[in-house]
Amino acid sequence: MNNSLLIVLIASGVAYGTPLLFAALGELLAERSGVLNLGVEGMMLVGAVMGFWTVQRVHAGAAVTLILAVAVAAFAGAAVALIHAFLVITLRASQIVSGLAVTIFAGAAGLSSYLGNDLNLADVPANQTFHAFFPGTMQNWPIVGPIVFGQTPLVYASWLCVVAVAYYLARTRPGLNVRAVGEAPGAADAMGINVVAYRYLHTLAGGAFAGIGGATFTLAITPQWVSGITGGAGWIAIALVIFAFWRPELCLIGAYFFGALQALAPELQARNISLGPTELWTNSIPYAATVVVLVVVSSRSGRRRLGAPAALGVPYVREE
Amino acid sequence: MRFTVERRLRQPRWLTFAVPVGSLVFAFLVAALVLLATGHDPASSYRQLFDAAFLSKGSLDQTLIAATPLAFTGLAAAAAFRMRIFNIGAEGQLYMGAITGAAAGLYLGGRGGPSAFVIAAMVVMGCLGGAVWAAIPGVFRAFFGASEILTSLMLNYVAAQILTYLIFESESYWRQTKGFNATVFPTGKPLPPSALWPGLSVHAQGGITLPLGAGFALLTAVVLWVLYRRTRFGFEVQVLGDSLGAARYAGVRTRRKVLAVMAISGAIAGLGGVSQVGDFAHAVDGDPNGLQKQAYGYSGIVVAALGRYNPFAVVVIAFLIGGLDNAGNTLQGASFPSGLVGVIQGIILFCALGGELLVRHRVRLVRRAGTPAVAAAPETAP
Repeated sequence: MNNSLLIVLIASGVAYGTPLLFAALGELLAERSGVLNLGVEGMMLVGAVMGFWTVQRVHAGAAVTLILAVAVAAFAGAAVALIHAFLVITLRASQIVSGLAVTIFAGAAGLSSYLGNDLNLADVPANQTFHAFFPGTMQNWPIVGPIVFGQTPLVYASWLCVVAVAYYLARTRPGLNVRAVGEAPGAADAMGINVVAYRYLHTLAGGAFAGIGGATFTLAITPQWVSGITGGAGWIAIALVIFAFWRPELCLIGAYFFGALQALAPELQARNISLGPTELWTNSIPYAATVVVLVVVSSRSGRRRLGAPAALGVPYVREE
Repeated sequence: MRFTVERRLRQPRWLTFAVPVGSLVFAFLVAALVLLATGHDPASSYRQLFDAAFLSKGSLDQTLIAATPLAFTGLAAAAAFRMRIFNIGAEGQLYMGAITGAAAGLYLGGRGGPSAFVIAAMVVMGCLGGAVWAAIPGVFRAFFGASEILTSLMLNYVAAQILTYLIFESESYWRQTKGFNATVFPTGKPLPPSALWPGLSVHAQGGITLPLGAGFALLTAVVLWVLYRRTRFGFEVQVLGDSLGAARYAGVRTRRKVLAVMAISGAIAGLGGVSQVGDFAHAVDGDPNGLQKQAYGYSGIVVAALGRYNPFAVVVIAFLIGGLDNAGNTLQGASFPSGLVGVIQGIILFCALGGELLVRHRVRLVRRAGTPAVAAAPETAP
């Protein structure tokens, strides 16, 4: 039963969806504060390479090393996000151009590749990796075994993050302030909220989440370093935020849906099932679906109930 | 004491030149620090880079190959961004142009028409392919109000999937299906001789070939400049970019203009795609590690931003960035750190973006909040 297509798809959807989920949660925080960061792919790659570097260089217990690696990845992602934050918040540069510049700077032909090369990380297996957290007998339980108990601790951590971000944005004072900053920075400023500080913090938090998302690849999914290992996951994460209507709980569902789509083509091939040009449509659906969602949320009624933060992409200048 | 930033009422002309040049110099200094910090010698790395980009034998040929598509995608971005229409779909529009343009080349070239006619048809079809693909986000923006930034970005990936599908996952018209090689690795069907774009040989550096596409790119820059500076259409679009409301009250058909700008931008990117096929690849390159890895569309946006959306500056910047790209590809190996070129390009961009603030604003030191150290009056003088 656990080998049926549906169970396998959901289980691998959860596994492959986790880096997307981390990165999307981060991008969601940044976008909710009004900062669009198209540099997710670059931040993920830097997080991936630095997380991997940590497990190769630190010789401590497995748990300590891995936690440290995730922390380093988060820090590295946030450091890259700081460049974007400084350019777009303090210097008011175009968010689109700056985000793309971050991806060029840090991406597969940039800093991440430079670091991987300079620190001799390519073509070696990881010293430490995340393994399934629960014992094998529990993983064999029908249905919930592979889906719930067969996952790495990073997956459970991502669930906590979803709850935390959802609670933060809906139920806490700072969370409500973030939403105010993203919707109407002028009004937020008049209320005494420090718009610049909020935007900085959430852009950095976005970078940290993206870094962890990248490290999910090098520490759990494919535990090694290859230049460009994320393979476009950063762009899917940007799509995912929109697909989830800027809501953390929907990010979870969307991430697993997109993750399962990634697993679908090889799984169908392994089972000799032909559903037409499988890779074409499984790989296109995340993007095409996001375009449809964008058109829907842009309609007049959709914009009010489901739409993007009103000040997304708009620099805030007090005196102008 | 703290810094404040004020908007300049007038932008001095010299600043629009001085700031980009200053940013460039500053960027190379910062990148030198990165090199030093990781134990490389900046001077020798830069010398290697410059040699491989522009000086050594045959390097200019390679630089032109890298620069031509960047000029097209840069112009495509400039055409839209200048009017505050943020088409970041040049990547996908380039693929589409390559696909439709190659179809024309394969079909007409195969029937043995005269070369000039075949090439003209390729150009038209390539522009059309890019324009139609760009019109999709254009329609969504004009009629549904959906942000063209995100829709055009998403469609890049759909276009990439289609490109890969045509060569790798189907036996399409574009795929080479005959011969031994076709069974080993999927490739695009080679264009017939009459569909290959000729180059202009120049006797310098042991013979350089100016690709026809580079000529088209220059021509496109001139056309764009005339269109936006000297025609009613350009003026209306400019008003639209500055203020949607003002344009509407003045009777500008805003939806049509948005759509037109997207289509023009897409057509230029599509022309870049067909130049890629006709000038260099001579077949459709569907390999995810080939054309798609180059990310010409995204780099083009950066080229356009560095050129401050001026068509002529964009062409010059494309040449410089193309040189860097070429040097990175040539040097990649043991003695030269891989990824360095991306790092340098990123830093150049960051500096240029930061420098932009100095063009539009003035930064001054203020003693206490609200009381400027220097009187603000001279700024308003004519």
